[in-house]
Amino acid sequence: MALSPDDVARLARLARIDLSQAELEHLAPQLDVILESVAEVSKVAADDVKPTSHAIEIANVFREDEVRPSFTAQQALSGAPVKESGRFRVPQILQEDE
Amino acid sequence: MSGLVLQTAADLAGLIAAGEVSAHEVVAAHFERIAQVEPQVQAFLALDEERALAAADRVDAKLAAGEKLGPLAGVPLGLKDIFTYQGLPCTVGSRILEGWHPPYDATVVKRLLDADLIIVGKVNMDEFAMGSSTESSAYKVTHNPWNLDYIPGGSSGGSAAALAAFEVALSVGTDTGGSIRQPAAVNSLVGVKPTYGSNSRFGVVAMASSLDVPGPFGRTVLDAALLHEAISGYDPMDSTSLNLPIPPVAQAARSGEIKGYRIGVVKELGGEGYAPGVLQRFNESLALLESAGAEIAEISCPHFTYALGAYYLIMPSEVSSNLARFDAMRYGIRVGDDGKRSAEEVMNLTRGAGFGAEVKRRVIIGTYALSAGYYDAYYGSALKVRTLIQQDFDAAFAKVDVLVSPTSPTTAWKIGERLDDPLAMYKADLCTIPANLAGICAASIPVGLSSENGLPVGFQIMAPAMADDRLYRVGAALERGVADAFGGPVLNQLIGSPAWDALSAQAVAARFPNIILGLAENLS
Repeated sequence: MALSPDDVARLARLARIDLSQAELEHLAPQLDVILESVAEVSKVAADDVKPTSHAIEIANVFREDEVRPSFTAQQALSGAPVKESGRFRVPQILQEDE
Repeated sequence: MSGLVLQTAADLAGLIAAGEVSAHEVVAAHFERIAQVEPQVQAFLALDEERALAAADRVDAKLAAGEKLGPLAGVPLGLKDIFTYQGLPCTVGSRILEGWHPPYDATVVKRLLDADLIIVGKVNMDEFAMGSSTESSAYKVTHNPWNLDYIPGGSSGGSAAALAAFEVALSVGTDTGGSIRQPAAVNSLVGVKPTYGSNSRFGVVAMASSLDVPGPFGRTVLDAALLHEAISGYDPMDSTSLNLPIPPVAQAARSGEIKGYRIGVVKELGGEGYAPGVLQRFNESLALLESAGAEIAEISCPHFTYALGAYYLIMPSEVSSNLARFDAMRYGIRVGDDGKRSAEEVMNLTRGAGFGAEVKRRVIIGTYALSAGYYDAYYGSALKVRTLIQQDFDAAFAKVDVLVSPTSPTTAWKIGERLDDPLAMYKADLCTIPANLAGICAASIPVGLSSENGLPVGFQIMAPAMADDRLYRVGAALERGVADAFGGPVLNQLIGSPAWDALSAQAVAARFPNIILGLAENLS
């Protein structure tokens, strides 16, 4: 397995991160070394081993469905990069031809 | 420098409660110390002098009114910049959150304030807690007080450096793969990763949610234990919080009785790749524990060899998912919004400009490990290794009360040395990662300086989930043994050394502004 700058560019697109050509070329060999080193996990991951996604198993944590104090609109908007009339203002979601 | 800053947290609180000194004097003495050494150490991202002094005055007023306060009332503390605390910015060491003022307090912060601890400011960290040297912070490089040319460990490097430089009497960090224990080791401090789920993650900016846990730093085992009790416990705001009583850790720290304790040395965490100066102190420590009455045995945990690999798949996978929330829409910076670009283009540009190199590496690794066609081989296999490591721990704890190893294979390294060699950086967490994967508790205890370079060495203790008291019991026994062997705490060897003088070499009289970080610069 060798990860090319093009592979990294594809992954960066999936992860929504804009990377320059220089970054792609710098990252590709580093990521390749990391992935090669972590691939050893497949050696001991036999079919009969149960996967663990969480250190301490807790399932179905419920609470009463009731109204509780929460942020005011002003608090919720307090970190917004751009706001307008009590709402988040965001760049256009749909292009003209969509 | 006031002698007050050299006191332990427990002693400071005792002096304040007895009326020997006011909380105001204690906090003011620490701000003087900060003014003196902070230009060299660079541990803080934000200072909060006015509020800290006002909080100290409230402690003094409560005591004057005859109120009985908690065992750490009036003690100044450094808070890792990963916790939300209203009134101070929360950057997580990242440009993407520059200037963000959170509208709520983390549960840990609420508990600190309820216990009348004084938060003096927020301390530096690796960006999003990703790193072992604090060099990935977007804001500043923090220096190790034992030698300013060396890294302070990470990711909670600011928490550790501020405490080792006597700028604060306690500090709080978070540990995902060793981010409390490794900085504690390289600064000669006590650092504890509590049992996963016993400390609330509410208001902690998420890195890898199934691994992250807040925890205490202290200069002594008892200080760490008192802070542990102040911040731990069930929190309904965190759905992974354990609704179980916190073990009596302060009592264990005061006892230190380990007669008949069974201590297992992990065979796989030592030998080749470990610095001789680290192994020497580790072996001496085993002898100290043995002479305190413990039985030492070697224990094999065969799957620990695969822990680093599993961690560097599980953690980045969770990172790639958690960090998706930084989308430039609701909070944080926004880059390139010129009215023509789409939301997706703005998102790409913001994340490209706002995330540093290590964050990008991990998000991309995680994206790869979770992508179609690779999921089973990478993420799926890593989850199975996690099961095998838990089974290794279960088998070991059936035979011994605690497991031990060096905290990190080496002492601190020179700033810049591993910056562009991610694998070398990752190996600093080789010994600490298994505890995170299994959710058990672990601590690092200072055991002296390496004869190779005079830098601190840490000794790791691991105990089963919710048996955190065992860490403090064994830690206290070791602390006593080490103090007897060296004629005092290891940190005393810093005081009066050439490194100590270097800390205050360029002392400045000017006070720092309350908040160092301003609002976000317009990056667009």
